[in-house]
This record gives sequence, structure tokens and C-alpha cells, in this order.
Amino acid sequence: MTEPDHISPGLARGFCAVIRRDIVLAWKRPGDVVNPLFFFAMVSSLFPLAIGPGADELALTGPGVVWVAALLAALLSLNSLFLSDFEDGSLDQLLLSPQPLPLLALGKALAHWLISGLPLVVVSPLVAISFQMPAQTINVMLITLTFGTLSLSLLGSIGAALTVGLHRGAALLSLLILPLAMPILIFGARTVALAAADDAVSAGIYFLAAYCMLALTFAPFATAAALRISNE
Amino acid sequence: MWKFIHKLASPPHFYRFSAKIIPWFAGVGSILVIYGTYAGLFLAPSDYQQGDAFRIIYVHVPAAYLSMMAYSIMAVSAAIGLIWRIKLSHAVAAAAAPLGAWFTFLALVTGSVWGKPMWGTWWEWGDPRLTSELLMLFLYIGYMALRAAIDDTVKADKASAVLALVGAVNVPIIHFSVEWWSSLHQGPTIIREGGPAMPVEMLYPLLAMILGFTFIFGALLLGRVRTEVLFRERRARWVRELVLTGAGPG
Amino acid sequence: MTELLSGNDLCLFRGDRCLFKSINFALNPGELLLIEGPNGSGKTSLLRGIAGLLDFEHGDIMWNEQRSSFNQQGFRGDVVWLSHKIGFKADLNLVENLRLEASLRETYEDRLPAVLQRLDLLALTELPVRALSAGQQRRIALARMLLAKARIWMMDEPFTNLDKAGQALVADLLAEHLDHGGACIVASHQPLDIDGRTRRISLS
Repeated sequence: MTEPDHISPGLARGFCAVIRRDIVLAWKRPGDVVNPLFFFAMVSSLFPLAIGPGADELALTGPGVVWVAALLAALLSLNSLFLSDFEDGSLDQLLLSPQPLPLLALGKALAHWLISGLPLVVVSPLVAISFQMPAQTINVMLITLTFGTLSLSLLGSIGAALTVGLHRGAALLSLLILPLAMPILIFGARTVALAAADDAVSAGIYFLAAYCMLALTFAPFATAAALRISNE
Repeated sequence: MWKFIHKLASPPHFYRFSAKIIPWFAGVGSILVIYGTYAGLFLAPSDYQQGDAFRIIYVHVPAAYLSMMAYSIMAVSAAIGLIWRIKLSHAVAAAAAPLGAWFTFLALVTGSVWGKPMWGTWWEWGDPRLTSELLMLFLYIGYMALRAAIDDTVKADKASAVLALVGAVNVPIIHFSVEWWSSLHQGPTIIREGGPAMPVEMLYPLLAMILGFTFIFGALLLGRVRTEVLFRERRARWVRELVLTGAGPG
Repeated sequence: MTELLSGNDLCLFRGDRCLFKSINFALNPGELLLIEGPNGSGKTSLLRGIAGLLDFEHGDIMWNEQRSSFNQQGFRGDVVWLSHKIGFKADLNLVENLRLEASLRETYEDRLPAVLQRLDLLALTELPVRALSAGQQRRIALARMLLAKARIWMMDEPFTNLDKAGQALVADLLAEHLDHGGACIVASHQPLDIDGRTRRISLS
């Protein structure tokens, strides 16, 4: 037996395989995808019930409600990001694979976004319409939610990696991630509110896009480091 | 210099060295705080707008400053611990977090006490500084919760170090976003930018308080690191000798 | 002859308990390293440390005359790992699981039919892994080892949950791997000897 002449299959292949595997797994367990969406819809319908049905109040609270509900729904699904990999030993295999771990971590985070973030963006107009949001505002909301949920998946993957294998990791994950996610919430919700008031929205959108790029660049490395530590 | 730092990073040396400097830190800090308190309460004139209520800045400003300072110390020592695997710096990070959280809490309480006569409410969401401090407190709570959740000290050190670094990248972004957010609906702020310059009778006590708080913070931090080091090294020979001989630090 | 893998002065703490210290070993192609010891003696930790899954307090693992941490990707490409957590997704079947494996590391994909035949898995390829028994799951995990283009097999308790025939199969596969110039590190509380090519580390 000779030493293997090349180290691993192409980087893109491993990266895509991780994404594909998580999507196939989600396909086989649709509940994991659908439950956060129902959660999102239910949390957003709590607010009209709690605040009152007045159209003015709803239009005022709408952007904030949609964003808070999206944040909570993302947190709900983040807890399981690495949990099953940790439990069945796949995480060991990922850590021991010759592929660079940050790339695999990026794949996991992107898969999480495709499974939970993107569907949430797609159903969010339904909630927005129930809050009397005009079409122009809904467009802005879709853009901000797209960047925002992607950033949340990346940021959340760090928290999920830090808490994997800990008891009561779910509550801890929220404690770790919520303060870090505040900028996303602030800019996301306020930008939609600005759009509703016919104000300039480009600053907020640029900020969210920049934040998303920052997260894309750095979060995979932090997630990889956290995974190595948690799996010791 | 490098050799000195290297020597200091060894727990027994640190333990002995810190015993010598803590009294100095505590002494200098106390003198400055006593002077600052006296001068702040009696020598400084009343503010022409806020009356005597402004005097709470002598606690509020140092506390707010130290809440940031403690986070920086925590993040920097976490990075050093992670990169160069120096155990002492993990102990520093562990010791700095509760202190930082406490000063953040103090800044929040004094800020809201100050707000009552100024705004008429205990809490004003429109003020970006208070809101930032609140988020800072949440960051500290997350850090301490993660540490508490992991039993193995080494693992807790490394995991919380990653969190501290991620947090350190986020702190400026959080501040910026809170500033932006509050600028949207002109909330009342206490400190006006470009406002009237502070007369020196007001300024000197404030500087003394900031410096004094810092020294006392340093003494508290070193003291906490000492207990942290003792606990972590409880199986080491030098700790056993220390306990058996009953010799005081030194 | 150059050593394939060696460890110098390895020491590991768990919490503040010293699991082991001053562990040295050297492993040549064609040799098996058996890590023995009672439960809780740190067998698994030593194995995980050698693989790079956890950090030793001090000590180095040398692979191909360089520290394994210097060329992590090369080292990991040369190692394949088996433990009681088999690392296959329970909702996917064997072929789907192996496909991911082939995307992560170099494998002998052309050998798949022969390997399935050898491990007597042909009837099980279409079933999701969760439908298999514990023993069958251990068996399919062996497929990963046989397909990987890795010289070093690391196995944690490879005989657990296997019947007599399964245990004999594992022993045969180990011997064949050594014959082909591979090397194995096995942590096990069961005795194992492959005709004089076995080195031992005993932990207490």
C-alpha cells in the first residue's frame, strides 16, 4: 500500500455533499422544516391577539413582530444543527475528514439557511399581509429577511457548535446568540419600519448586507474552532 | 521584558508577585476614590441645568468605562489563552467576567437613577448608552452561562474564549447599531455632544474617580485571579506546600 | 525503516485527573498497536488524542516524520476512524451514507461491490440504517474502513455487539489490512493478537 497521492476529493465536492446530505435528511423528516414555520406563524399571530386588532396598531408593530418571530424561529431550529451529528458520530467523521473544517461548517450553516431560513422568507409575506403591510414594504422586508436569516444561520452556527453536547443546550444557545443578534434585529426591523413610513431604506439594507458578508467570512472559522472544542 | 512576562505567566510566580502589588493597587485606588468622592460631592459646583443630580456621574462614568474595559481584558486574555495556550490568561478571563458584569450592572443602575430626575422615568429606551450597557450585560450573562454549563475547566476555558472573541467583534457593531437606532427618533440624551465644557472643579474629581475605580478594579481582578489560580492548581505541589506550611503569600 | 506513526511522551488530563502520562509508541506499516486497559483507564481518550480529536496536555504525534498537527489534512486523509458511534445517518441507507464518505475523502469506489459482498451486506444496502440491528450497524461501519484510501485504521472497541462470526471477520480484515502494508490502532479490552505483528500499550 502506498501513500495516497492526493489528499482528498475536491473542496467543492465535500462542501456540496454536506449541504446535499442535510437537505436530503430534512426532506425525509419534513417536520423539522415545517415546525419552525408554524412556530413563526403562531408567534406572529400572538401579537394581534395580545395587542388588539386595530389596523393602525398592527401596521406600527408589524415589522418588529415579523422580525422577532423570525429570530425566535431561527433559534428554535438552530439547536439541532449539530446535535444529530454529535449523537451518531458523524461529527467525529467530519472532524477527521481531510476537508478543511471551516468549509464544512459553512456548508452546514448554508444548509441550515436553505432548510429553515429560506422557507421562512418565503412564507413571511403571508404574515406581513395579515399585518396590513403594503406591497412596497413587503419587498423591503423580503430583502432584509434574506440577509438577516442568512446572518442568523451563520452566527447561530457558532452558538450551536459551542453548546452541542451540553445539557439544556437550547436555553443556553438563546442566551449566547440573542445579544449577538441584536444588530440584525435592530437594522432588520427598523429598516422595514422606515419603509412603512416611506423613508430611505438603503442604509439599513447596506448594513445588513455588510453584516452578512462579515458573518460569511468569519463565522465558519469560529464554528470550526467551537466544534473541535465541544467534541473533545 | 519578555522574560519577565514569561515568568509571570507561571502560576506560583504570579501568585507571589500579585500578593505584592494588590495592596498598592488597593491603596492608591482608595485614596483616589476618597478624594474623588469628597471633591465630587463638596468641591464641585452644581450643574446649572441638572443641579446636584449630575453628581452621580462620579460613579456612573467610571462604572460604564470599566464595563468596557473588563470586556476588553476578557477578550484579549481569552485570545492569548487560545493562541499561546497560557493557562493563566484563561484564569484572568474567567475572573474578569463577573467583575465586568457587576460594573455593567452598576452603570445601568446609576444611569437609571440619574434618568429619574432628568427624564422623569427610570428607564428610557431612547438613550443609546443605557441600551448599549444593557446589551453588554446580556453578553456577560451569556459568557458566564456558557462557562457554568461546562464542567471541564479546560474545555470551558476554550469554549468561552471563542465566545468572548466573537462577542468582541460584535461589541462595536452592537454599539453602532444602537446609536443608529436611537438616532431615528431623537430620544433625550444626558451627555450632549459638543455641549458646554466641564469646569475643572467638576472634571478633576471625575478623573480621580475613573483612575481610582480602575486601580480598585485591578486589585479586585488580581485577587479573583489568585483564587482562580489556587483552585485550578489545587493538585499542584506548590499549592500543597503553601497550604501545609501555612505560609502567607510571599 | 521509517515509522509511519509515533507518539512521544503523551500525557492527558481529564478535569484535574491524570489519565496517563509518559506514553510512547511507534508504529510501522504492517503493525497493529493494541491499547489495553480496564474501563475508564483512558483507552478511548488516548485513541481520540492520537487521531487529533482532543489535545494532549503535552507530547507529540509524529506522522511521516513530521508532527501530525503540521499537516493535518494529509494526516486525516491517511486515517480512518471507527467507534461505537458509527457516524452514519440513521435516516439514510448504506449507499447514501457511503456516497457522502466518498465526497469527503479518497475512496476506492470501484471496490464497493466486492466490499459489500465480503461484509455480507448486499441485502442491507436499501434499508435505512435505523432499521438495522446493532451488530449489522457495526458491520456496515466496516465498509467505511475498507473503502477508504487510508493506511491507518483507528478502531475503538471494534468487537462490541458482534457475534463470533463477526469478530472473526474483523480479525481477518485487520490481518489483511496489515498484509497490504496498512497499520491499525485498536483500543479494546478484549485480547487480540495478530501473529507477532502486535505492539501493546497497557493503561491502568
